[in-house]
This record gives sequence, structure tokens and C-alpha cells, in this order.
Amino acid sequence: MNGVHDMGGMHGFGPIVREKDEPLFHAEWEARVRAIMNLSMVDGLFNLDAFRYGIEQMAPADYLRAPYYERWITSVTRNLIHNGYLTSDELSDYIERLSGSAPSPADLDAVEQWQPVAACIEPPRTQPFSIGDAVVARNAHPVGHTRLPRYARGKRGVIETLRGSHTLPDANALGIGECPERLYKVRFEGRELWGDSAESNSVVHLDLWESYLLPAPV
Amino acid sequence: MRYDPEQEPYVALRTKALESLLIEKGLLSTESVDDRIAQYERDIGPLQGAKVVARAWVDPAYRKRLLTDGTAATGELGIPAGPPLVVVENTPAEHNVVVCTLCSCYPWTVLGLPPTWYKSFAYRSRVVIEPRAVLQEFGLEIADDVTVHVHDSSSEVRYMVLPERPSGTEGLSEEELAALVTRDAMIGVAKVNLPEGDR
Repeated sequence: MNGVHDMGGMHGFGPIVREKDEPLFHAEWEARVRAIMNLSMVDGLFNLDAFRYGIEQMAPADYLRAPYYERWITSVTRNLIHNGYLTSDELSDYIERLSGSAPSPADLDAVEQWQPVAACIEPPRTQPFSIGDAVVARNAHPVGHTRLPRYARGKRGVIETLRGSHTLPDANALGIGECPERLYKVRFEGRELWGDSAESNSVVHLDLWESYLLPAPV
Repeated sequence: MRYDPEQEPYVALRTKALESLLIEKGLLSTESVDDRIAQYERDIGPLQGAKVVARAWVDPAYRKRLLTDGTAATGELGIPAGPPLVVVENTPAEHNVVVCTLCSCYPWTVLGLPPTWYKSFAYRSRVVIEPRAVLQEFGLEIADDVTVHVHDSSSEVRYMVLPERPSGTEGLSEEELAALVTRDAMIGVAKVNLPEGDR
């Protein structure tokens, strides 16, 4: 989806702020959220792609406002509700029980807007790309989950490494299945991605699935 | 125990409620959460990566294996396998830097948990479009004739940078070399330097 999470190349976020002697976690709840997410995934309550998709579905303003681990707990909760392990009412009741009066999280209302489930789609190509092949990243704008960043869409690159078969996140995030596809490391020249705004002598490398790519027109 | 917004943020309450509910449903236990947190604090961190880098500096055959198959080569040093690891090498002509523009993918088997700046909107948005400017902010000037390679971690493959071994370290032991290697150098936003007094 064309969400605010897809930030590569955006302007306006200012300088990179570094914290000296940063602790591993800034509060106990952050550590617990990380552990809960990890354990739920290990137990198969949801998969990593669905977890990422859950974060991406936050409203852009919420995504930008929420601290990192708040985005995590939002997605963990949404995934657990979506997969039937708990209901938003149960969670609201628990929050009320612990707090007396605090309202339930507003972002749970959106859980119903999950993508419908379909079957794996066979990638249109059967002939794999080879190292050195010129490719174009598809100019596609799927509303679901994808790992093809906007800044690379429609851009020309070159296949540099064959990574073998990998789970397709676009399908796995929606619960369709792993739908494995060939994955390639693709090299994009800075100038191709950013035009005259590119810095000299810079290259971006992305790992892209076969269905994200087309042979480049000669 | 009443919730007090003055004492803790709402998200802490949410976390407590979710954890309690999952425990009640038998999907989680307090001990497993505590154990997992202890693992983050004890078992993973950039010392693992530093060990790998130092070995690669002193052992050319290991360096070759590391650049060919990062997962297997780090496994040789007792680092448990996670997502597939690819190690990219800095040279006088090539500088590598790692990011995840879409979320926060990070080579945690060798570097532990990412620092906040790595997950920040500023780093994620900027390093692909202006890597030299970003590196400059980290105090790293990359000459114009050096190619800057930005690795945007869009798949489950994770990237770690093998920094250049600084000159003047010929007499150091593998352990002493490992002590010089920083997390930032293995992300690619710093070089490995000798401590001030030794230069």
C-alpha cells in the first residue's frame, strides 16, 4: 500500500538525532511489547509479513505520532484480533479493569478493513532472470502489503545476485500462503532513482521478488 | 491498582492489558516474556559482529567464506542462525551502508537490537536519496571517487558491513581488534578508528 511507512526519499524529517549511551529499551513496556510480539510469532499466532502489514495500516498521522513500540503493539493486537485469538471487546474490558476508566484504543476499530483472502498468483514469467539482466521494477500500486518501495517503481536496474526462492510477503501478509518466488538483488543507480537530485556516484541495492520485475525494454 | 496517566503512558496500560489477557487465555506466560527480554539483554549485541569482523581481518580464508555466505561463516563462530545474512565489504573504492526504508530490518544476530536513530524517519527517508549528506552528519566524509552503496533491506536478507581494517593495527591481537569495531561501523555510518592516543 502507498502508506507513510514507505519513506525512502521523503523530505522534511530533519536531521538524524542520535542518543548517547542509548539503553536497549526506554521503558519496561517497550521490552514487553517486543517479547510479546516475538513469542506470538514463534507460536505461529501471526507471521512477520502480516505484522508489518498491520503497522502499515495505521492511519498515517497515527503512524507518525506513535513511538516505535506503540506501532508494534498496535499491529500485534490487530493481528491477534484478526486471527481470532482475542476480541477488541475483551481487550477493552481488560483495559477498563486495570484502569477504572481509560477508553479502549481507537485504532482497533479499523481491524475489519483487512484485505480479503485469495489464492497464490503465478508470476507471469517462467524464465528466470540472470545476473546482468536489465530489468524495470513494475509501476504497480497494490493496496495490500508489498516490499517494492515507491521510489524504485518504474525504475531500471540490473540483476546482480540470484537469491533463490523466498516467501512472497505480498501473499503471506494476507494469509494467502507463502507463494514462494525467486528473489533477486537488484542494483539501481542513484541517477536513475533521483534524477538530477542524485548525489554523485551512489547506488541503491534492493532485494526484489520476480513478480515485482519486468525485463527492461531494449 | 488504578491507571495513572501521570505515572505511565497509555500504551503501557495497553501493554499490560494485552499481556494479562494473553496469559489468561494460555497463549503466553510471564516467565516466557521475562526470559525473552533477558535474552535481548544478555545474548545478542554488537560484540558478536565485532568478533566476526576481527576474525575476517586476521584470517583471509574466513573473510572469503564470510563474504560468500554470511550465515554459515557467523555460525562457525557460534552465532545462532537467524534470517540469511549477507556481509558487504568496504574497500578504498566502495563504501556500504545499510537501511530499511520500509520498516526496521536489522542484522540482529550480529548487531543485536537497532538504535533508535536507525529506526528514525529521518534516517529511513534520507539515506537512500542523500547518503553522502547523511554520512557527513555522522562525521564521515566519503570522497567523490568512492562509490556509496546503500543496501535497503527489503527482503528477509539482512546486511552487515565489513569495515576496513585501520592502518596501524598490524600488531594487534584478534581480541584487541574486536574491541575497536563499533556497531556504527558495521551499519556503515562510521569507520573503524584507532583510539585517539594511538593514532
